[in-house]
Amino acid sequence: MSNTSKSLLVQGYEVVIGFETHAQLATQSKIFSRAPTAFGAEPNTQACAVDLALPGTLPVMNQGAVELAIRLGLALGSHIAEQSVFARKNYFYPDLPKGYQISQFEIPVVQGGEVGFFLGDEKKTVRLVRAHLEEDAGKSLHEDFIGQSGIDLNRAGTPLLEIVTEPDMRSSAEAVAYAKELHKIVTWIGICDGNMQEGSFRCDANVSVRKPGAPLGTRREIKNLNSFKFMQQAIDYEIRWQIEEIEDGRAIQQATVLFDPDTGETRAMRTKEDAADYRYFPDPDLPPLVIARDWVEQVRAGMPELPRQMAERFAREFELSDYDATTLTQTKGMARYFEAAALASGKPKLAANWVMGEVAALLNKQQVSIDDVEVPGPMQLAALIRRVSDGTISNSGAKSAFQELVANQRKSLEDLAQYLADVDAIIEAKGLKQMNDTGALEKIIDEVMAANAENVAQFRAGKEKAFNALVGQVMKASKGKANPQQVNDVLRQKLQ
Amino acid sequence: MNAIHELGVLELAAAIGAKQTSSVEAAQHLLARAQQFASLGACLAFNEEATLAQARAADARIAAGERTPLLGVPLAHKDIFVTKDFPTTAGSKMLAGYQSPFDATVVQRLAAQGAVSLGKLNCDEFAMGSGNDNSAFGPVQNPWDVTRVPGGSSGGSAAAVAARLMPAATGTDTGGSIRQPASFTGITGIKPTYGRCSRYGMVAFASSLDQAGPMARNAADCAALLTAMAGPDIDRDSTSLDHPAEDYSAAIGRPREGATAARPLNGLRIGLPAEFFGAGCSPDVLSAVRAALAEYEKLGATLVDISLPRTELSIPVYYIIAPAEASSNLSRFDGVKFGHRAAKYVDLIDMYKKSRSEAFGPEVQRRIMIGTYVLSHGYYDAYYLKAQQIRRLIAQDFQSAFERCDLIAGPVAPTVAWKIGEKSDDPMANYLADIYTLSTSLAGLPGMSVPAGFGAGGMPVGLQLVGNYFKEGELLHAAHAFQQATDWHSRSPSGFGS
Amino acid sequence: MSLTLSDIGRIANLARLELTEPQSERMLSQLNGFFDTVEQMNAVDTTGVEPLAHPTAVIDHVSLRLRPDVASEPNNREANQKSAPAVERGLFLVPKVIE
Repeated sequence: MSNTSKSLLVQGYEVVIGFETHAQLATQSKIFSRAPTAFGAEPNTQACAVDLALPGTLPVMNQGAVELAIRLGLALGSHIAEQSVFARKNYFYPDLPKGYQISQFEIPVVQGGEVGFFLGDEKKTVRLVRAHLEEDAGKSLHEDFIGQSGIDLNRAGTPLLEIVTEPDMRSSAEAVAYAKELHKIVTWIGICDGNMQEGSFRCDANVSVRKPGAPLGTRREIKNLNSFKFMQQAIDYEIRWQIEEIEDGRAIQQATVLFDPDTGETRAMRTKEDAADYRYFPDPDLPPLVIARDWVEQVRAGMPELPRQMAERFAREFELSDYDATTLTQTKGMARYFEAAALASGKPKLAANWVMGEVAALLNKQQVSIDDVEVPGPMQLAALIRRVSDGTISNSGAKSAFQELVANQRKSLEDLAQYLADVDAIIEAKGLKQMNDTGALEKIIDEVMAANAENVAQFRAGKEKAFNALVGQVMKASKGKANPQQVNDVLRQKLQ
Repeated sequence: MNAIHELGVLELAAAIGAKQTSSVEAAQHLLARAQQFASLGACLAFNEEATLAQARAADARIAAGERTPLLGVPLAHKDIFVTKDFPTTAGSKMLAGYQSPFDATVVQRLAAQGAVSLGKLNCDEFAMGSGNDNSAFGPVQNPWDVTRVPGGSSGGSAAAVAARLMPAATGTDTGGSIRQPASFTGITGIKPTYGRCSRYGMVAFASSLDQAGPMARNAADCAALLTAMAGPDIDRDSTSLDHPAEDYSAAIGRPREGATAARPLNGLRIGLPAEFFGAGCSPDVLSAVRAALAEYEKLGATLVDISLPRTELSIPVYYIIAPAEASSNLSRFDGVKFGHRAAKYVDLIDMYKKSRSEAFGPEVQRRIMIGTYVLSHGYYDAYYLKAQQIRRLIAQDFQSAFERCDLIAGPVAPTVAWKIGEKSDDPMANYLADIYTLSTSLAGLPGMSVPAGFGAGGMPVGLQLVGNYFKEGELLHAAHAFQQATDWHSRSPSGFGS
Repeated sequence: MSLTLSDIGRIANLARLELTEPQSERMLSQLNGFFDTVEQMNAVDTTGVEPLAHPTAVIDHVSLRLRPDVASEPNNREANQKSAPAVERGLFLVPKVIE
């Protein structure tokens, strides 16, 4: 456990944060019934007899949900339990049809593990306590009904993995970074669609404060944080609130709180009376879940390379910074795209800059994903990068050409030669070819030097800025076609 | 041909197959009888249109040349099984008028074999009780003495079969609820190994104990019914055993190794637990049971003394585990999606409390309270966990016993049927009377009740037979052999003649 | 181990049951009578004994069967809601849920 640096203290208090994340698993059917899990259906059209807890119904376990749990365990270096047990968590709530939730209590399917990520430059590790399988509850709708709520049980029975960390985090920033990394992992390995607005990835933050060296403070749980932005805001507010309470001489009471994005405040939920007694006991309707080691190995063999591993490989093989490598592996799509462009162009550093620059900007502006047709493919980008690195076009010329590629939409050609030909056609059509003829360039430089005698004199007198002005004049005179590197070299030479 | 209602399942199927009568005729006859003897309180719901449609379909299959042991035979279902064609109440106000959108697996399987549903049968509320005096829809009378209980919780099923309102009925047994009413009404009933019959569609009481089973006039009929009812339900019940379905009728017909015509049970060792034959059992019951066992010896069986030392412990163990599971299973009855909702309430929690308190009877509430308590924080280890540990010891006791015998025999209950109302105010008295049947359920073993004679007041006494896991065939065979040599099972109460 | 009326109140609340005062009194005496019988369990040495959650586990290893991940249940809302106390536009209505 790292010592919290003084700089993390808030008003002299150490912040201690643990997370419980509910990730909806991307299965076709529910965890214990064969009803579909697709989001957005008409109320109660995806709630079958089992989901509604009609008398006489019984749960039957979805193999897909178990497989996805195994995947997560492998991705986080956890122990996959040979035998785990489903337990009933008993409480009454309208969105909980059976009056109990089938979950796991004493023996979860995934035990231990950790999540590593960067917080700025610092490498962090958050340890996992466990991850267990359970069923999601339905939804209560309050609008449109005066004094009543409408219950939609479509979501009831959707498989969840509840991922629980040790209280290892020491700041709201670290907590958000953890959540983002976990989000990346679960979407990367394909177990969750990560759609936070649809409730696919929901975080509860357990927050407490203490003076350094003191025992753990009483924690309050902020429930259902489903946006990274609100997550940080909520935790920050809660920290300040707790400190203020303590400073005013009041003890923190354990509570579950909700964050109100409109007010920016957290407030305790009303319904929690006597700390809930869930009366957990092993569900007699479900024998123990046994996971054979060869199933685990089978799943392991089918796992994609994990983001952290891929980032480390990129940094190593392509000599990229950790930061860049991490940025390029923010999604599997981007990582694959970058690697393809890097290999085909032979210029990984240029490819990195382009992907993190122009391509990323395009994704953001058009709100598309890197695999969409609006985005030029990696081979198209590779061809463009080649033409930059061999001097045919300048960087600014390439940006122009890129816009053309975007306008023409993604193409699927046969080989790099065809992609190069395609880019060349654009370069030709738009007259983007860089001037590489040294003779013509020297002529232009001589003319500019003659027309800008004062700048020449200032530069020779020691003013570096004058050089840039001259470069600007040369670029203008050449209508942007001059090769900037060449301009630099020749001009310096002539100015000596 | 005798009157339709005098015929058992196999006899009736044969008669229908031989065109001596038809399924429609049989159904109409039995529906009329059920109405005629409505005062017994056995029947809760009818749907003549649906019944006759099923009967006509069965007759069509017969006409096409099909013959199965159950084809065209009318029977009724304990109201614990959900049915599409009839409302399901589970004997509770909570489910008055409830329409299930699906049939229980056991109901489906019997229907697939051509059995015809006559209706739903009264039972103790949510299968909790030993006298069918806990039903929200009135008590059931014992046809042998209408001032006495028929037993429970499958009291309606037992009374209906005993009074010859139908040749058979389905029941469920969690702690003795098939065996005890069968014993009290002089019919034959079997609870198979836990997991043999699917629990899908059985309104859940105690999930690790509930089992469906047939109740009829003899072992041969039970064998045919169980053959249809049992078998894996992989798709819908995770506790259903993946054990191949068996033909129990064939099992009955298969002679034992070393059997002779006179001694069909040669080599069969029957264990008699000392704890079942002690002071706790009334002398009239013991007398009938011993006489039956003497018959078994004549048939070639050897009686062996054994011990089931934790028999008495089975009472607290069962009455902790079953209510615990029930308290959780009954939480779904909250007035939100189905079932009774109170007319007046001030908020959500009030709605829950009023709906549940208005609609659950006192025994159900009592068991919910016990169950909630033993699972609650601080008490789980001392009660629920401890009970499950002792449960394993009880199951192990049976395994030790089965090293020395093939079947275990003894009384089903310490007394014959008691008077209606006699035990209503004393829940403990009811619980204590379950002493001989609870341990079988805790261990998940198959158990039967076979009519063995009569006791005080001329009331029937059943002989209990318990087998090892998956030994239903052996049980039925032994019962059948007994019934070939005796005629207790053929006796019927007077007052229900044609 | 004797229960008190306060225990009865707490358990009833957990179980969402409402007992009148006489009912609570009666329940108290019945439960205390019951738990007197239960005391005999304490005398049994259960050290090292695994609880028996699934009865046939005594003779056979019982494990959870898994079904393939296929969504095959069709929309059956009308039949499923047939016995619902209060439904509007497909939603089950309940008194307002306050968080």
